[in-house]
Amino acid sequence: MTRSPVFPLAVDGGRTGGSILAGLLSSDLPRSKVLTAILLAILLGLAATPFLFSGSQPLSTAAKICVFIVLVASYDLLLGYTGIVSFAHTMFFGIGGYGIAIALERLGATWFSVAIGLVAALLLSALLAIAIGLLSLRVRAIFFSMITLAVASAMAVLASQLSTITGGEDGLSFQLPVELRPAFRLLPEPVLGVSINGRLIAYYLLFFVALLTFLLLLRIVNSPFGRVLQAIRENEFRAEALGYRVVAYRTMASVVSALAATVAGALMALWLRYNGPDTTLSFSIMIDILLMVVIGGMGTMYGSVIGAMLFVLAQSYLQVLMSAGSTALAGVPVLPSLIHPDRWLLWLGALFVISVYAFPGGIVGRLRQATQ
Amino acid sequence: MTGMAVEPSASSEPLPRAKTDWLPLLLVPALALLALPLVGSGSTWVTLTVAGLAMGMMIFLMASGLTLVFGLMDIINFGHGVFISLGAYASLLVLGPLAAWAQAESVWLNLALLLLCILAAMGVTGIVGTVFERVIVRPVYGSHLKQILVTMGGLIVAEQAIHAIWGASPIPIPLPATLRGAFIIGDVVMERYRLVAVGIGLLVFVGMQLLLNRTRIGLLIRAGVENPEMVEALGYRIRRLFVSVFVAGSALAGLGGVMWAFYRQTLTAGMGMEVMVLVFIVIIIGGLGSVGGCFVGSMLVALVANYVGFIEPKLALISNILVMALVLIWRPQGLFPVARR
Repeated sequence: MTRSPVFPLAVDGGRTGGSILAGLLSSDLPRSKVLTAILLAILLGLAATPFLFSGSQPLSTAAKICVFIVLVASYDLLLGYTGIVSFAHTMFFGIGGYGIAIALERLGATWFSVAIGLVAALLLSALLAIAIGLLSLRVRAIFFSMITLAVASAMAVLASQLSTITGGEDGLSFQLPVELRPAFRLLPEPVLGVSINGRLIAYYLLFFVALLTFLLLLRIVNSPFGRVLQAIRENEFRAEALGYRVVAYRTMASVVSALAATVAGALMALWLRYNGPDTTLSFSIMIDILLMVVIGGMGTMYGSVIGAMLFVLAQSYLQVLMSAGSTALAGVPVLPSLIHPDRWLLWLGALFVISVYAFPGGIVGRLRQATQ
Repeated sequence: MTGMAVEPSASSEPLPRAKTDWLPLLLVPALALLALPLVGSGSTWVTLTVAGLAMGMMIFLMASGLTLVFGLMDIINFGHGVFISLGAYASLLVLGPLAAWAQAESVWLNLALLLLCILAAMGVTGIVGTVFERVIVRPVYGSHLKQILVTMGGLIVAEQAIHAIWGASPIPIPLPATLRGAFIIGDVVMERYRLVAVGIGLLVFVGMQLLLNRTRIGLLIRAGVENPEMVEALGYRIRRLFVSVFVAGSALAGLGGVMWAFYRQTLTAGMGMEVMVLVFIVIIIGGLGSVGGCFVGSMLVALVANYVGFIEPKLALISNILVMALVLIWRPQGLFPVARR
């Protein structure tokens, strides 16, 4: 983890690149050649996925990566930059998803309902985040973790019980606005062999909203506000002594992070044309987010890109590898059950524990260290 | 402890007793009385209250270890839930070979089986707790953030390990024959197993109170909660004390896990984590680190859940959160704030 100065307004000497790129990245450059190369590859790969791969599976994987980058980056704002652990991130993710789903189902498939759903979800998220923050952050940051866990699980139960509104365990399926439906054609002729249909438009909508939200988050953590958050993370007492209201800043951070998670949830619902407890609210997604943040690198926004990419790919392809290994070792006593494809979380969990001890900066921290 | 203070000193002024904070203790009976007119029928009220108390006892069994560990070591163990699951699964070690005991129509044989299950569970969770403390927790003393992350990681790994050992599908565990069913006295229905749970819960609570307040070890533990440096400076090995409390806490979770598993009558690796939500609510309500507070909190949460579930079922889903919010508005540190923190 990079140690940041306690003075929030101090200008960091290494961050004076004046180019447009530096402006876009809020002067927070990757600071490692390998990292830059990987990030560029991810960016270009995601941007060109519809043209590089055929079929719907790669496109769905890419869309999932986009959504999770936003989700994980917003979680990192809380965990890596502010130093508090929330277990309610999936709750806000779910609120975004349900906002879109309920609005589109009830009010019809128009852009207006998308806007209504999103705004309502954002408002609810902000209110909840403020309420939780004021209730739990007043005393000790550790209350926050437990209370978010309790509130999030209560919300998950609520969502599955209030089936008249949320569709219960079955969730809600809905129609998208015409422009995003697969049958819609923007151009009559295919471009580079790919027809420009509603699915493609939906993907690029996702891609650009995700990119914008990510850059916005990058901007926020590198603003004076972000500096205060880092100061609180490093030394709460000192930040308070310097005149920053720690409670207010922590609550603000949790609100910002909740809003970004809500956007991610809305994107997820738009892509899937469905929202239910398992896709956005479940606790296992919360654990996935934790793994992504820590393995990618806490306290760097780029870590979330790497973490999300790696995790989603692992989710799709590691299991294939493990099942191959498991059948290859069929004769050996214990091993096959340990590398059974369903046990992949065991290994990621072990990796998680090791990364917290050995390289708290995650992959990004490692890469940056290597170049120094 | 009392002897030390009173006997030898020449000016035999007894030490001033710590004031007991009665207000939170009165909450539970007050709540029960308040619910009586709302519930309406007396027999229903007794049924609900007994069931609620039994539920509260089970939650207390599972939560007590966590709050004790936090109070003494300032360690928050998010992996506590896995000890609950592990304890529950460990009872299979006994239930397998002694399946005949469960079928027997003898109360004593059934209770002995339950006791053996509990002993097996406490043994297994105690051993795993020792390893967990050494491998997972010890490197992160002092940093809450890392504790939460690392114990969460430990939870993932241990849950997956349970899957790998016992399989991923839920395992049914039926109650021993004579513990099934209920006593019916007039209109009052009391499930037998819940009465057993009340008995065991009370036993553990009284045992813990005696241990903490009437023995030398308890004195050291309480002193360690207040000021660990001073205890160490006086020549006691606080580390050894810490580890034994962690192990005891894990074993208590195992005990709670067995009780909880027989109540649910199914085993899943995630059962511990599911109930952890309640456990956290309870220890926050009680005040982190306070065993008495944890007990009051458990009763409060379970009773409210039962009453609300009867009076207004829709509200029951969030009644726990509401209780917690109200308590925190009244006392931001919980019912019995532990002094130092």
